[in-house]
Amino acid sequence: MEKQPIVFCKGGGCTAKLGPGALAHVLEKLPPFQDPNLLIGFDHSDDAAVYKLTDDIAMVQTLDFFPPMVEDPYLFGQIAAANALSDIYAMGGTVKTALNIVCFPKQMDLNILGQILQGGAEKVREAGGILAGGHSIADTDVKYGLSVTGIIDPKKVLANNACQPGDYLLLTKPLGVGIVCTASRVGEASQEALDAAIQSMTTLNKYACEALAPFAPHACTDVTGFGLLGHLNEMLNDKHGAILHWNALPHIPQAAAYADEFLLTAAAQRNRNHLNDKVSFTDTPFAMEEILFDPQTSGGLLVSIAPEHAQNALAAVQALGLPCGIIGQVTTEHPGIIQVMP
Amino acid sequence: MQHHVDARGKQCPIPVVETKKVLAIMNTGDSVVVSVDNPIAVQNLLKMASQKHLAAQTETLAPDHYHVILALTEDSLSATQAQSETLCIPDARQNTVVVLSSDEMGSGDSVLGKALMKAFVYALTEQDQLLSTILLYNGGAKLSIEGAATLADLQLLESQGVEVLTCGTCLNHYGIADQLAVGSVTNMYAIAEKLMQAGKVVRP
Repeated sequence: MEKQPIVFCKGGGCTAKLGPGALAHVLEKLPPFQDPNLLIGFDHSDDAAVYKLTDDIAMVQTLDFFPPMVEDPYLFGQIAAANALSDIYAMGGTVKTALNIVCFPKQMDLNILGQILQGGAEKVREAGGILAGGHSIADTDVKYGLSVTGIIDPKKVLANNACQPGDYLLLTKPLGVGIVCTASRVGEASQEALDAAIQSMTTLNKYACEALAPFAPHACTDVTGFGLLGHLNEMLNDKHGAILHWNALPHIPQAAAYADEFLLTAAAQRNRNHLNDKVSFTDTPFAMEEILFDPQTSGGLLVSIAPEHAQNALAAVQALGLPCGIIGQVTTEHPGIIQVMP
Repeated sequence: MQHHVDARGKQCPIPVVETKKVLAIMNTGDSVVVSVDNPIAVQNLLKMASQKHLAAQTETLAPDHYHVILALTEDSLSATQAQSETLCIPDARQNTVVVLSSDEMGSGDSVLGKALMKAFVYALTEQDQLLSTILLYNGGAKLSIEGAATLADLQLLESQGVEVLTCGTCLNHYGIADQLAVGSVTNMYAIAEKLMQAGKVVRP
């Protein structure tokens, strides 16, 4: 039999997630666990678990891993680690320990694995955490990520669904990294666009989390595989509505052009199918619709913040240097529905 | 002439990318048959067809084999060229919205009601004056799914630029959300808005 060449990057990152519909179907059949110390678990559709140990300390646990979305193994390691660490920051926590999760083909050059792990370790160090071990499996494709444990004051846990009507919605990183990586995979992305995506994906959400803490956000989540609309939908929790202004969305400019060339992922279409009766678009260009559904790898924090703090909070995040913006508002009207307009 | 693209086993966006290459060398009257192995790839191809004003048809050959047939017609060329002009002239369709709230037309005999509904949707395709939007809700949601007798005519209307919107809650209620085969899913907010803004609402 002819030996298949091993392809490092087949279109990974958070585009490789199972669809939200398929997942909800399976998860709702699991028996619920009851423990008064479990502050955040499955029922919040949060990506991390928060377990109270004492009145002052709770443990935050999360894990995330996926196939490569860029060709450079070292950058892939950085991105996968930044993405996994992000869940701790979305809760408002501090990173303590991390363990590697590795799937790697037996026939592949081990130096590649070395570069992946080096990139990951550097991000754990930057996060102020300790890389304490890991687990490796021989597999047909490369996958990498981290299991991360952090701590948080139980009284200061940032739930992903505690937004309040009138809140402004702030996004701390540009959208469109999924589209740019997809375009890159078929050789149609410019180096400039790819560089912007990599800079965004390798940036730890630690800095945005710290910059926003003084403004007491009501709710926070990180934008990953379900796209901005998917994660905003979870934040609204069918209790509140939201208005988004598409012309206020921070995004990688080339992503809109690539969307108009239909360089779109299956994951984005699954997100669209999942949310179709939750979103209404008014005078919104096709490309911006796609950017709103685009699965993000190591995306930014989406924060719901009281109107009086919004401008100062935005200034604090802008100082970090990535494109960011106030993109809309939480409403009491049309609960569970996101209205997108100019 | 008819072109062929076999994009089975290829992940999005490869099916779209390979189809675009063929579209670029197609002449008016040509069509391309794209083979894909999953319904999401079908939807991504239809999304492109709708943006590019191509006539589109789909066929399910097997659960892992679908055909998307895209045709470059005079209409699709003129639609692309006239796009900016049509924005400036009053819409000849006068924003007519057709509401199909049942899979039967009228009440009495169920078999007759279904036959009448099929005939009504066919008759819509023959009207000189095109409508803007078809809203399908409650039992009407069964008209836009795979295997529905009305599917081909709804697809024809959609290819002519008619917006076909099916209520998502209704699809979920009947457990047929994964069988929607024409147009897109909508919500009550959009349905209310379409009805409020309609110049004329037709309910058979």
